[in-house]
Amino acid sequence: MIRTLGAAETAPTTYIGEIRAQELRVRAGRRMAVDGLDLTLGTGVHGLLGPNGAGKTTLMRALATVLRPAGGTLELLGSPLQGRVDLRALRREIGYLPQEFGYYPRFTVREFVEYMAWLKEVPGREVPGAVQRAIERVGLADRADDRMKTLSGGMLRRAGIAQAIVNDPRILLLDEPTVGLDPEQRLDFRELLRDLAADTCVVVSTHLVEDVVAACTDVVLIDAGRLVFQGVPSELERAGDSGGVGDSAAERGYTVLLRQHRGSAEGAR
Amino acid sequence: MTVRGDGAHASGELLERYAAGDAGIGPDTLWALEAHLEACAACRGGLRADVSPGVTSILERVRAGLDIELARTPRAPARRRWLPRSFRWTAPTLLRWLAMTGLVVTVALGFDVANQAVGSHYPSLVLLLAPVAPLLGVAAAWSRRTDPAYELVSATPRAGLYLVLRRTLAVLVAVIPVLAVAGSVVDASPARWLLPCLAFTAATLALGSIVGVPRAAAGLAVTWAVAVVMPSLATTRPPVVLEPRALPAWAALTAAVVVVLAVRRSGFSRLPSGR
Repeated sequence: MIRTLGAAETAPTTYIGEIRAQELRVRAGRRMAVDGLDLTLGTGVHGLLGPNGAGKTTLMRALATVLRPAGGTLELLGSPLQGRVDLRALRREIGYLPQEFGYYPRFTVREFVEYMAWLKEVPGREVPGAVQRAIERVGLADRADDRMKTLSGGMLRRAGIAQAIVNDPRILLLDEPTVGLDPEQRLDFRELLRDLAADTCVVVSTHLVEDVVAACTDVVLIDAGRLVFQGVPSELERAGDSGGVGDSAAERGYTVLLRQHRGSAEGAR
Repeated sequence: MTVRGDGAHASGELLERYAAGDAGIGPDTLWALEAHLEACAACRGGLRADVSPGVTSILERVRAGLDIELARTPRAPARRRWLPRSFRWTAPTLLRWLAMTGLVVTVALGFDVANQAVGSHYPSLVLLLAPVAPLLGVAAAWSRRTDPAYELVSATPRAGLYLVLRRTLAVLVAVIPVLAVAGSVVDASPARWLLPCLAFTAATLALGSIVGVPRAAAGLAVTWAVAVVMPSLATTRPPVVLEPRALPAWAALTAAVVVVLAVRRSGFSRLPSGR
């Protein structure tokens, strides 16, 4: 089959970075979980690191447009998320895997991904092909017609990744995608990430530093809702040369950067 | 160019070179030729004539082997097309809530029939419950608690008032006939409860866009029970609000609520920020 490219796919982009946040503030309950974050993310795989409660999930939800920012500006694919923004058109370009992702146990993997493709307004004629491609990319083709309730945790996670990529998103948001994957599946997942990185802005939130170093083109470290560090993985590793705790250079870099940031935040008060 | 679209075919000479594996064919020509071959049976036929007998025999051997393998492979199970299709109109978790609604209506009907049998003068419980009967199903149409994939669904382009309205319509289509049948047994005609029923459904959605649909449904149902159902059971008199002369008020209320719903429609495409 020859796929024709639409005008929209070949049009030059008119924005800097798929995701741009300035002074972004997002509320989670009463707490301001993202509090004055400046961030620009372009094509590539961005590893979002941070301790528990740093605001990773809240940030991901804001990027997925399910949480309305409480302040600052957020631009996705060049359109600011304010006032009467066309959320529908924007969401067609976004793939999202939430951290706690629920599913319908009686659906088969294929039905689940098909249902999500319908919700994402993938044109009806393209749905079967897109679903099959997504399932094959995550390596679930042999279980495609099994009910979701018969799958293991890692397989469910992969089904979740399949639904996230079924609409060929330009922004792909994966919140803790490697939880429950065994080491071999993690390697496959990294391979998939590298594959997607060519033309997609992928944001992967995780607290496994080694995943980030191995598969990401860019590291974003946040703490208490603010940006601590953004750079390539080797810079993170270099930051660990001057001490810090951890088993690998990247882990040492992570602790050093966090400690420095917290120290300067204390000092500023 | 030797290969062109719209009706043009590959030349015999080009096919010959292609079959022979000529490295001199330019990549652009090669690409166009292969794309054309995929779509054109006549040129594929022409290619066959150029291929050496050795290649043909290999292809035939592969084909024979494949046929055996294919015959041995079990067929993929038939897809249940109706299942995903039906969820374009209903929430995937709706069925159990509808079953519970049916049960409540049946119990109310039993109560009414027993009352008529012993000749007491309680107002019809089916009539009293009819306005709030769809609320269980409506609550399940857009609920974080009953829908496991709520966060996934609410991040999709289709999420929003339109999807909620579709699901609500499916609930009404299922519940109203049940109420009508139960009502016909105990003489509670739809003329008395249909408009209040729609008003409550719309009010649940309008209020739900602010506080969440399940909470709105619970609040309205409790209010109705305390303000109308209990007093009329206590006084054994049918409530004034379900008399035919109250209908204009219900119509006005429905219209007002629909306006609120239209204004608040963006409330369904996001998560409430308080978790």
